[in-house]
Amino acid sequence: MYVAVKGGEKAIDAAHDWLGEVRRGDPDIAELSLAQIREQMTLAVDRVMSEGSLFDPDLAALAIKQSRGDLIEAIFLIRAYRTTLPRFGASHPVETDTMQCQRRISATFKDVPGGQILGPTFDYTHRLLDFKLAAEGNAPDTSTQDAPDLAAERKPHVMEFLNKDGLIESAEATDETPPDLTREPLELPANRALRLQNLTRADEGFLLGLAYSTQRGYARNHAFVGELRIGKVAVEMDIPELGFSIEIGEMTVTECETVNQFKGSKTEPPQFTRGYGLVFGQCERKAISMALVDRALRWKELGEDFAGAPAQDEEFVLSHSDNIQATGFLEHIKLPHYVDFQSELELIRSIRTAATAALAETKIAAE
Amino acid sequence: MELTALSGGFENTAHQSATAFRAIMNVMARPGVIETVTGAVPPKGLSTAAGSLLLTLCDPETGVHLAGELDSEPVRDWLTFHTGAPIVAAPQADFALGAWDDLLPLTQYAIGTDQYPDRSATLIVELPALTQSGVTLTGPGIRDSAQLSLPALEPFRLNAALFPLGCDFFFTAGDKIAALPRTTKPEPTPCM
Amino acid sequence: MSDYNFAYLDEQTKRMIRRAILKGLAIPGYQVPFASREMPMPYGWGTGGVQVTAACLTPDDTLKVIDQGADDTTNAVSIRRFFEKTAAVGVTQATSVATVIQTRHRIPEEPLNEDQILVYQVPIPEPLRFLEPRETETRKMHALEEYGLMHVKLFEDISQHGQIATAYAYPVKVEGRYVMDPSPIPRFDNPKMEMSAIQLFGAGREQRIYAIPPYTQVVSLDFDDYPFEASKADGACALCGADHTYLDEVIVDDDGGRMFVCSDTDYCESRRQAGHIGEQGTPYGKDAA
Repeated sequence: MYVAVKGGEKAIDAAHDWLGEVRRGDPDIAELSLAQIREQMTLAVDRVMSEGSLFDPDLAALAIKQSRGDLIEAIFLIRAYRTTLPRFGASHPVETDTMQCQRRISATFKDVPGGQILGPTFDYTHRLLDFKLAAEGNAPDTSTQDAPDLAAERKPHVMEFLNKDGLIESAEATDETPPDLTREPLELPANRALRLQNLTRADEGFLLGLAYSTQRGYARNHAFVGELRIGKVAVEMDIPELGFSIEIGEMTVTECETVNQFKGSKTEPPQFTRGYGLVFGQCERKAISMALVDRALRWKELGEDFAGAPAQDEEFVLSHSDNIQATGFLEHIKLPHYVDFQSELELIRSIRTAATAALAETKIAAE
Repeated sequence: MELTALSGGFENTAHQSATAFRAIMNVMARPGVIETVTGAVPPKGLSTAAGSLLLTLCDPETGVHLAGELDSEPVRDWLTFHTGAPIVAAPQADFALGAWDDLLPLTQYAIGTDQYPDRSATLIVELPALTQSGVTLTGPGIRDSAQLSLPALEPFRLNAALFPLGCDFFFTAGDKIAALPRTTKPEPTPCM
Repeated sequence: MSDYNFAYLDEQTKRMIRRAILKGLAIPGYQVPFASREMPMPYGWGTGGVQVTAACLTPDDTLKVIDQGADDTTNAVSIRRFFEKTAAVGVTQATSVATVIQTRHRIPEEPLNEDQILVYQVPIPEPLRFLEPRETETRKMHALEEYGLMHVKLFEDISQHGQIATAYAYPVKVEGRYVMDPSPIPRFDNPKMEMSAIQLFGAGREQRIYAIPPYTQVVSLDFDDYPFEASKADGACALCGADHTYLDEVIVDDDGGRMFVCSDTDYCESRRQAGHIGEQGTPYGKDAA
């Protein structure tokens, strides 16, 4: 006698309960507070905000806690929340040259007006486990933090100096409303604004791999970091009822502009070209990767050859960059597929039966 | 803007638009079927069915063309207040609304492109009455054949010949609604 | 969940989906692009179907959700609960009682009627995708009605295997125009697609909606000398004895012993209620469980 398996509902409830327990871990250990995550796991919070497309450190901290530190799961929580939010309007473009920089470096010039600021970086740390951190309660010496006078003054973009001499392509500002892939289905070919929106939401690892591939020769574009800056920018918005714009808040962003070689084309003399990356929070690796991939995707408008490299392939890059789409589809193969598998089973059996019979016939004929 | 423009919307948007949409979907899926749609109390000259359809489907993302007498201030104000839909010229319209003669010629509306046949206008034709008689219809959504009181025959035949391009039609009268997608083939009903 | 709108989606999103559904019905088999939203369940787990269902549901509906033909599979349970919570609709497992049925990979055995809507969850809506990965190319092929690639593929199957080696997601041509992916239903279900109910297809990750109105011609692609065949396992359901339904193979012991049962659990149960007993079944109501 056979009784069909049931109990999906019970199994789901039990799994959720178990998840809650495991998330909490050993109850004898103090529970993580959202403030602790927000203040001490800042780069995780920044990544979740950047790929979740929502600037809210508190919600990002909550998502990280809820997801047991699985950042893609946390990004998913933020995206699903974000999509339900009503839209009040659109802000003005943020002015990154008035950024209060906590970090600003240029690899192309030894010194730049406004000065270079190393800021809170891992760059020159020796990657040795610091066992002092294992002992709790060591408050760092805070006297070394940014001098406030560095913060407010306008710091012109390094690229502007090259632009004055016509050595780099000019990037004209336009008033055109950029498309929004969260409101309209992605349509190909995409313009640069749409590509950049896709890239800034893209998975950091995916972009890193693509950017790295361009450095290793798959559509190499000889990038230098013209400027990398991280800091706070003001967000302004027009309020129709008031008739003027007001600052509604500020946010930390990372901006990377690369200077890339360009050999010239039939219509353009040789000059430098640009790649651009802009992401929420302090996400340096992502911003640089984004700039390299942006540059690689621009081959057509710059009159370059398509080298067949993955990073040049707009449809390939834009269709596979979103980690929420990717992880969902990847993991869906965990779902039951027994109906499809059954139909494949029958097919294989039927083909094999036919093949075996045919083989037997050939043998008989041969004998 | 007159006060009447501010009233006559759905009272419970989520539920009423869901119920209206089901009727709207059903008539589009089954050409010849007549359903009732209510919920809107539109300004004079605009039927309950057409008003409810506009509230269900239009918003700031859809351009609406108002033809003939329906291009009036009360209708414009009401539509703008309740849906935020921009009023546009016929060639830009996602939806066009009017009496049959006012909507003509059909050639002025978007019929979609080879790659995007969905980017075509949907016409909402206000009729004095709507009955299951007149022109004989066959095609997807129709088991054998259906009949519907279309205001004409030839323009719909020409439209169907454009398939997969073409316009799609709703017909409204009072609180009644019927539809004719581009796939339906209209023929004169043979004499009994 | 009271903070969310009826059926979860905001009204503007629903309008956008509803417009796409109407164009889909007007152009049967054509994939209408739509701005799919992030849903609180993962892409690939039915977000397209869920968005279509959310845009169609009214408070008076009775919803059935199946996965692999079964109401009790975990993802079906999860989606059914989602709508119970967000739309407060009635739910059922009985095909004949449901007004809206969301499905993954099956069409119910019991013929659907004119008052029903069948919503399919679709992973890859583009039938030509595995022959040509680029959307920019496949869109042109549909525009030009250029389906040679598909026929070449099917023909190569025949020359290599002696039959068309596609067991599920078997391509169909709708109303003589668009080649369409029927979602990964077994090809056994293909002939049922000419039905009385409205069929809607939602692909969330791929941002496409398409539709088949009732009584629309749906032809499985084939050749004159190799006609389409709606195959199934050769056997009968061990529980209800049905030999005309799609059967799942169940491994019952360590030696690989196997038996067949109906994949449509509601259909199987109704048959058992009506007194049908399969080889290893028990009279209805006397299950050990």
